Amino acid sequence: MSFTLHNYVLSGNCYKIRLMASLLNVTYESIAVDFHPGQEHKSEPLLQLNPAGTLPVLTTTDGTVLTETQAMLVWLAQQHDPSNSWWPVHSKPQITRVVQWLGFASRLTATVGELRLHSMLNKPVNVTAVKTGAKVVLRELESHLTEQRINNLQWLTGDTPTVADIACFPYTALSPDAGIEHDDYPAIRRWLHRLRSLPGFITMPGIYELHELRKPDGYTVSDATL
Amino acid sequence: MNGIEHALEYWYPIAMHNELSNGQTRRARLLEKELLLSGGANDSLTVTCNERPLALQSAFDHWWVTLSENPLPLFTIPEADEAERRFVPCGVVRVACSPLRAVENFLDIAHFPFVHTDVLGAEPHTEVYKYDVKIDESKDEVIASNIRFYQPQAAKSAEGGIETEYIYRVPAPMVAILYKTCPQKADAMDVIALFVQPLDEQTCDVWPWMALYDDTSTMADLIQFQQLIFLQDRSILENQIPRKLPLDPGLEIPTRADLTSISYRRWLKKRGAYYGALENC
Repeated sequence: MSFTLHNYVLSGNCYKIRLMASLLNVTYESIAVDFHPGQEHKSEPLLQLNPAGTLPVLTTTDGTVLTETQAMLVWLAQQHDPSNSWWPVHSKPQITRVVQWLGFASRLTATVGELRLHSMLNKPVNVTAVKTGAKVVLRELESHLTEQRINNLQWLTGDTPTVADIACFPYTALSPDAGIEHDDYPAIRRWLHRLRSLPGFITMPGIYELHELRKPDGYTVSDATL
Repeated sequence: MNGIEHALEYWYPIAMHNELSNGQTRRARLLEKELLLSGGANDSLTVTCNERPLALQSAFDHWWVTLSENPLPLFTIPEADEAERRFVPCGVVRVACSPLRAVENFLDIAHFPFVHTDVLGAEPHTEVYKYDVKIDESKDEVIASNIRFYQPQAAKSAEGGIETEYIYRVPAPMVAILYKTCPQKADAMDVIALFVQPLDEQTCDVWPWMALYDDTSTMADLIQFQQLIFLQDRSILENQIPRKLPLDPGLEIPTRADLTSISYRRWLKKRGAYYGALENC
C-alpha cells in the first residue's frame, strides 16, 4: 500500500485520485467517508486531518498529508510514473501548461461540481451563477481542445495525457449530472472518449466504460470514427 | 386529470430521523406543494403546508408525511422489526425523472450487467431467467419472485460472484422493496427499499433504505455501496424519453424480462395512479 485515501464514491475529486492510481497501476487503502448524508468530512476527526473539511485526503506512508486534489495527482505521478510523462518534468514549456490546467480544474469544481451537488444532493448554491460559470468554463475548455485538435495534439497540453487531463476530466464528464449535456461540445466529447479509452481506465457513477472496449477481440473504436 | 388526487392519498418520506436538530428548519416540496420542516426537542419534527400542520408518522428511520385528511395506511416491512439487522438510511438523491420511472427502474433486472457492470451483473451473464409475477390481492401489492441472477458483487459483504435470488414488492405506487440473497446469512434475505418523494411529475427525491445482515462493513461503506449503485441509475433515469411513464404497452415494447414492469404499469393503471404517468398511453 503506497498511500491511504479518505474517499467518497460520488466525489469527482476523489475519483481523480482513484483514476490516476489505476492508470499508474498503484494500489492503496481506501477509507470510506460518509459525506452524504452523514457530513462526516465536517466531523472532528476528519477536520483534524484536513481543517478545510474537504475530500479527498491522501496520507502517504511517511506521514505526509495532502488535502489538495491537484497536488495529489502530481505526487502520484512523481512517485509512480518512471516515464515522467504524466508530470512532464523534462519539458519546461509543457509543465507550465500543465500547472495552468491544474488551476483551471479548480474552476470546473467550483462551477460544474457545485451545480452537480445542487442537482443531486440539493446543496444550496447560487444556481444562476454556477450554471453561467459552468458554461463559461466548459466553453473555454472546448475552444482550447479545438485549437489543440487543429494543431494535431490530442490532449490538453500536448500529444500525451498528463495530470492536467485527469484533473479536468471528472467534472467535465459529469456535467450531465448537473443538467449540462455534452451535445454542444464536440471537442470535449472527443477528448472524453479518448480518456475513457486509456488502459487502466476505471468508471464512477455517471462516467461509464466504453462498451465497445469490452468486446473479447479487443476491438476499439478508432478516433477517425468519432 | 393527472392523478394528483390519487397520489395525495399516500404517505411520503420527507426526512430522515434526527436530520433536523431542535430549531433547525428546511424547505421541501411534495406533489407540487411547498412544505416547511421544523426540528423540535427530542428528535421531533413538525411539517406544515401553508402554515397548516400535516399528519406525520415515523417508520423505517424516516419521517412520513401525507397531504390527505384521510390517507391510506402506510405499508409495512416486517423485517424492520428484526433487531439484529443493520438499518441503513442512505440519505436522499434528487433525480429529474418521473417518480414512477424511478420505481420501475428499481424493479428491472435486465440492466444490471450494462449499468452496474461488475457489481450487480456482468457480461456474458445477461440472461433473465423465467420468473413469476402476481398481484397479492390481500395486500394489493405487486410481487415478483423466483428471480435468479448472477452477480459479481451482490452486496458490500459479498466475496466473489454468486447467483442471487430476488423478490420484489411494490406496496405503494412510489415505493419499491427488494429482498435478495444475503451473502453473510444463508437463511435470511437482505432488504433494500426505495422510498420516493415526488416533487412533481418529473422530479423526485429518492431515499434508499436497507435492512441488512452485515456485521463487518462500516456504515460509510454500506451507504457508499448503495449510493454507487443508485447514482449509476440516475443518469440513465434522467435520459429516459418520454419523461413520464407510459402505462400501456405500445409506446415502449416490453419483452419477457419486463414482466414486473408490465404488471407494475397495469397495477398503476387499474388503481388510477396516473401521477407521473403519460396520459392516454
